[in-house]
Amino acid sequence: MPILTVNKLTKAFGGLMAVSNVNIQLKHGELVGLIGPNGAGKTTVFNLLTGIYQPTSGTITLHQNNEDIAIQGLKPYNVCKRGIARTFQNIRLFKDLTVMDNVRIAMNKNTNYNLLQAFAHTKAYSTEEKEILDESIELLKILKLEHKKDELAKNLPYGEQRHLEIVRALATKPSILLLDEPAAGMNPAETAQLTETIYWIKDNFNLTILLIEHDMSLVMKICERIYVLDYGMVIAEGIPSEIKSNKRVIEAYLGEDTENA
Amino acid sequence: MKKSINGSTLKKFITLALTFAIVQVLVSTNIINDYIFSTLATICINIILATSLNLITGFTGQFSLGHAGFMSIGAYTCAIITLRNPTMLGFVIGALAGAMLAAFIGFFVGLPTLRLKGDYLAIATLGMSEIIRILFINLDSVTNGAAGLSGIPQFINWGWLFVFTAGTIILLNNFIKSSYGRACISLREDEIAAESMGINSTKYKVIAFVTGAFFAGIAGAVYSSYYYFLEPNLFNFQKSIDILVIVVLGGLGSLSGSVIAAILLALISTYLQSFPELRMVIYAILLIVIMLFRPQGIMGSKELSLTVFKKWTRGLRDKKNGGVA
Amino acid sequence: MEQFLQQLINGISLGSIYALIALGYTMVYGVIKLINFAHGDVYMLGAYIGYFCITNLNLGFFPSLLISMLVCALLGATIEKIAYKPLRNASRIAVLITAIGVSLFLEYGTMFFVKPDPRSYPPLTGFMAKTFRVGNLLITSQQILIIIITVVLMIALQLIVKRTRIGKAMRAVSLDGDAAQLMGISVDRTISFTFILGSALAGAAGILVGIYYNSINPLMGTMPGLKAFVAAVFGGIGIIPGAMIGGYFIGLVEVMVSGYGNSMYRDAVVFAILIIILIVKPSGLLGKETREKV
Repeated sequence: MPILTVNKLTKAFGGLMAVSNVNIQLKHGELVGLIGPNGAGKTTVFNLLTGIYQPTSGTITLHQNNEDIAIQGLKPYNVCKRGIARTFQNIRLFKDLTVMDNVRIAMNKNTNYNLLQAFAHTKAYSTEEKEILDESIELLKILKLEHKKDELAKNLPYGEQRHLEIVRALATKPSILLLDEPAAGMNPAETAQLTETIYWIKDNFNLTILLIEHDMSLVMKICERIYVLDYGMVIAEGIPSEIKSNKRVIEAYLGEDTENA
Repeated sequence: MKKSINGSTLKKFITLALTFAIVQVLVSTNIINDYIFSTLATICINIILATSLNLITGFTGQFSLGHAGFMSIGAYTCAIITLRNPTMLGFVIGALAGAMLAAFIGFFVGLPTLRLKGDYLAIATLGMSEIIRILFINLDSVTNGAAGLSGIPQFINWGWLFVFTAGTIILLNNFIKSSYGRACISLREDEIAAESMGINSTKYKVIAFVTGAFFAGIAGAVYSSYYYFLEPNLFNFQKSIDILVIVVLGGLGSLSGSVIAAILLALISTYLQSFPELRMVIYAILLIVIMLFRPQGIMGSKELSLTVFKKWTRGLRDKKNGGVA
Repeated sequence: MEQFLQQLINGISLGSIYALIALGYTMVYGVIKLINFAHGDVYMLGAYIGYFCITNLNLGFFPSLLISMLVCALLGATIEKIAYKPLRNASRIAVLITAIGVSLFLEYGTMFFVKPDPRSYPPLTGFMAKTFRVGNLLITSQQILIIIITVVLMIALQLIVKRTRIGKAMRAVSLDGDAAQLMGISVDRTISFTFILGSALAGAAGILVGIYYNSINPLMGTMPGLKAFVAAVFGGIGIIPGAMIGGYFIGLVEVMVSGYGNSMYRDAVVFAILIIILIVKPSGLLGKETREKV
């Protein structure tokens, strides 16, 4: 059952085609990889999916509760409200806020008390704030960050910042999670740990995950299907073993950097 | 957990009641004479102005240079209503009407301009408040033009000052410590990340801007009723800058910082009253020096609270003990 | 029609002043993305320096103009060194607040020394006091002087920016400061030079306004400063020809509003124009849209 269909997605910056005619389909509960050499347009695809860029043409359709919802061109917060959450390749935490606040901010869209209740700190306010607090701690526990809840995000070690990005994305209660290089800068042991965590959250939160990653071993190991992007176009699609032996993929990577392939 | 919340609420309540009672006694016994009381009134008005601007600029990160414009709307509305209906009820209605009107105008100004970033927004809000001032000068029949309104009935006593000032601080603090306030702060930190986490940036910027305008309107109403004289030029660019200086000196993103700075600057300017030019030169140097050497202001984005105070004293004690050992 | 032509002449004279100030705003914004609020006050100081040269030192107009431009240039570079350079990596809001601080410092520092009362430039003599009549149009020699000097300065500026090494460096820094640095351009020196150029033009505008309106005071820089900024935004901030067009446009609008409408509203109209441009096309008349990198 498809949950997200990307059809002929195209983005041009002036004369440069950053992404052209990209088709992607995600099925419910899948873990799909999006790979490609540097500058292939992977992050641009994420930015298009999450509404940060407006596509030049093409459609993005979300299939929810037997309904097809077109989400191309929506503002990022509306995309998020439809259940797509993301992390950022170049970590964009709220650096000067606490770990706890980073998570609580992401729960904003599911908060129900109104402005007047917020001004007056009524009972509705305190009940819901208590729930938010408890839920945030539960989420932080998943990536073992609960004991750091009062630290400023910028003071966390690099790996934990990447973890916090994932927790923050989960706090928006998504159905689709987009991870942009979650293992960047991690050592093999940390990467192995992260792999387990990604599996775990996928199953426990009933998620569909699309993942950009440079670490080929990670991608080949955990992704059920892989899309390969080069010069903004999908040059291959298939299960990991097919991708490994695909000639065009090897060429694309050899052309750029042999070590990655 | 529950008990400690009640405990801290109780403590706050007692602190507030004590502050009110002590000053009330001092006023009644005339230890706080008219002269000191006018400084007190200035401090209270500046606290309301600075905390409300801090919500917009310090917490939400939207640089506004038009706060005096909203203040003037509150001041004129309240003055005009109390002049027609010189009763306590008239004043209360006037103050609320002034604040509502300021909020209303804030909404219509904010909706289109808050899409602008940083310095562009600053200039747009400055332009807006200049337009308001020029309109007040030209709407002779309502505002009596450049000559201004005089003889506005005076209802402000310590009781009202306290209610408005403490009320503003408590309400703003409650707002900031809510999901709404956190959303505003997230916009200051990283707008793109915030939007990606489901925060509607325009909505929260407008909420912060309108709330700030509302309380600036309250401050204007208090001003008009205490000083019983208004003219459009009281609310010029300079006035907006005065408010900004308090916010920056206290710390962008700290309500207690704004309170401390409002008190500090009122004392400095009372002291320098007879040298108005020198006062502004000192203000200017203060601004530059703060930005060069302590851009986060007195308090940074921290709040003054008992726990901070305890930590600080403990730190001092540890240092002492360490020195002995 | 005659009245319109007369207003046109007045508008171009006033617009010249705005254009000269706007150039400084736009160049500085181009290289360091700062609205230099103190720029209007450099213009005010230019007027005072001119005043002292003419009345106290008994110098003629042209030597006074040169001295005024020179001192302002020096002042601009000093302001940049002391107040803005240490904040190169600070937040935009911090630099903007510093600029406001510098502006207040110049205004009230001047007021402290020369007292707040306005002063008047000495009456002009000889050629400078002449008024020419073309049909029913009146053109004063001050207006001719303002228009000619402005055009000469603009041509000189264009030559400096387009033909000289440092001018090329300015354009490089305003396109991409980091890349310019990597190419071996001294960014700090270029920024200093930009302040020097902009402040010299503001100084010239100051003395020109002194002979045109006669009266000067320590707060005279605030309003024209803001309006020149509006002019720079109108033309597209960071773009030199944009500032020139914007300056003349704002000058004309102001004179036309005073002439045909109500002069009380002329400032309001200028600010309304500002808000409309910011909402409709924030990049200005000649500007291009930019996008933020994610």
